[in-house]
Amino acid sequence: MKAFLQRWGTAYGPPLVVLIVGTLLLEAYVRWTHVPIYLAPRPSDVILTLHRERAYLLAASWSTAKAALVGFGLSAGVGVAIALALASSAWVRRAFYPYTVFFQTVPIIAIAPMLSIWLAPGLKAVAACAFIVSVFPVIANTLAGLIATDPALVDLFRLYGASRTAAMLKLRFPAALPNVFIGLRVAAGLAVIGTVVAEFLVGELGEEQGLGVVIVGASHNGHSDRVFAAVLLASALGLTMFGAVNLVARRVLRNWHASART
Amino acid sequence: MPDPVPAALAGSSVTLRGVRKEFPGGVVAIDPMDLDVAAGEFLAILGPSGCGKSTLLRMISGLERPTAGTVEVHRPSTTGHAGRFDIAYVFQDAHLLPWRTVLSNAAMPLELRGIGRAERQARAADALANVGLGDALARYPNQLSGGMRMRVSLARAMVTDPTLLLLDEPFAALDEITRQRLDEQLRELWQARRMTVIFVTHSTTEAVFLADRAVVMSKRPGRIISDRAVALAPARVGALRGTADFVHETRIVYEALERGEASA
Ligand SMILES: Nc1ncnc2c1ncn2[C@@H]1O[C@H](COP(=O)(O)OP(=O)(O)O)[C@@H](O)[C@H]1O
Ligand SMILES: [Mg+2]
Repeated sequence: MKAFLQRWGTAYGPPLVVLIVGTLLLEAYVRWTHVPIYLAPRPSDVILTLHRERAYLLAASWSTAKAALVGFGLSAGVGVAIALALASSAWVRRAFYPYTVFFQTVPIIAIAPMLSIWLAPGLKAVAACAFIVSVFPVIANTLAGLIATDPALVDLFRLYGASRTAAMLKLRFPAALPNVFIGLRVAAGLAVIGTVVAEFLVGELGEEQGLGVVIVGASHNGHSDRVFAAVLLASALGLTMFGAVNLVARRVLRNWHASART
Repeated sequence: MPDPVPAALAGSSVTLRGVRKEFPGGVVAIDPMDLDVAAGEFLAILGPSGCGKSTLLRMISGLERPTAGTVEVHRPSTTGHAGRFDIAYVFQDAHLLPWRTVLSNAAMPLELRGIGRAERQARAADALANVGLGDALARYPNQLSGGMRMRVSLARAMVTDPTLLLLDEPFAALDEITRQRLDEQLRELWQARRMTVIFVTHSTTEAVFLADRAVVMSKRPGRIISDRAVALAPARVGALRGTADFVHETRIVYEALERGEASA
């Protein structure tokens, strides 16, 4: 137990100290300089708002979480599937890989309103934005892992007459797992950002109002405390998803060499 | 020890005629080369690095095609039991699958050949016991020492009961004591099974200890500059390394290797 507390302290102690000291400094600065509330809230106001409006903010967080999770799930599934397809042959890769970069470059601000017309406003359109914003790192990292398979093992599988499918399922895909998780970690954060941006743009048209909608409304009304409360909740959601991916990665890669688990 | 396999079953013979390998870009790795390896022979190949030893092994295994000439591997006349597969390959590093246990790594070739789970696990456990890893079946590669990983690699090669075992500087990365122990183990495996072995190494002492015949290649493009029987009794134990005969044989191979390095 003592060892556990010690490890916990080493891992989480420093960021906690930074958080507490940073918050206190900010509180002091905002109080002494009398910054008006529509410009920047006192940290204590944000905390009070988080408490006072918890039902409303939790409902908004839940709505954002659903869209972000659906978008992230799509990114994971579709991204890995696309990478597998691209890795299946050099021709396919050369022909299609340039188009996957589209996901990376598409201006989500322009496409979000179109999506909400095509898919009807609401969860589907918002999750689609989250997917578009977060899928590319999954494709790119998974593909990098799939084409970097240890050549000696590729030879060995050939020598034993393994089919392409067997080589993919028993060698190339499992060997690429560390890379898949690198992609998923990046995607987890991007999915939340994509969701909040989409809600910001088209969210108020849906039935449920996510954190993005809260942010637009509150900033129009000068409620910077509510804006920051919503931003904090969105960050917490991103961190939670990131942490969950890390947990799964550590579990799946537990027998690998430490260098693969970073 | 496994049951001895009848000699007729045990080894493939290998015939190379006029084999030449030129890589795209114009590197000639192997000049026309003729080589005969008898069934059940233990052959060591030595040569300066970059002279084409790995290329030669890859061509014998069928992973690489010669630019000219023919490579033939003749299986023993009687075919063995189901799942018997001709050629096994051991690389310089163990190249295990980190997500699989030792047992499952060793069973992998049988799995790829479609052998049922119970049979392949039994055979893999056998192969692992033969290299002294009978009690490490459930461990993962990252829990093993370099020598143990290499032994898993050797067991993985032996699990198919190959008639031709190709080893490309397999123990070069290990410390001297571990390497000698593995050499002894490999020799024992060969004595029991009598598969044909082609063993590429940098080490003259390793070649002389293990093999019944040593081939020395010249610098690139690789040609055979020395090919002779190792004049030592077939029983090889650790104490052999100190004997005058052993030192003498090592000396001869070493001199050939020096000539190979010097040749332009
Ligand atoms: N796939 C390849 N493409 C081009 N050149 C190669 C390739 N494989 C090996 N070579 C070259 O052929 C020569 C022999 O290589 P190799 O057989 O690996 O030598 P060795 O195993 O004796 O050290 C080297 O000069 C090497 O650079
Ligand atoms: Mg080599």
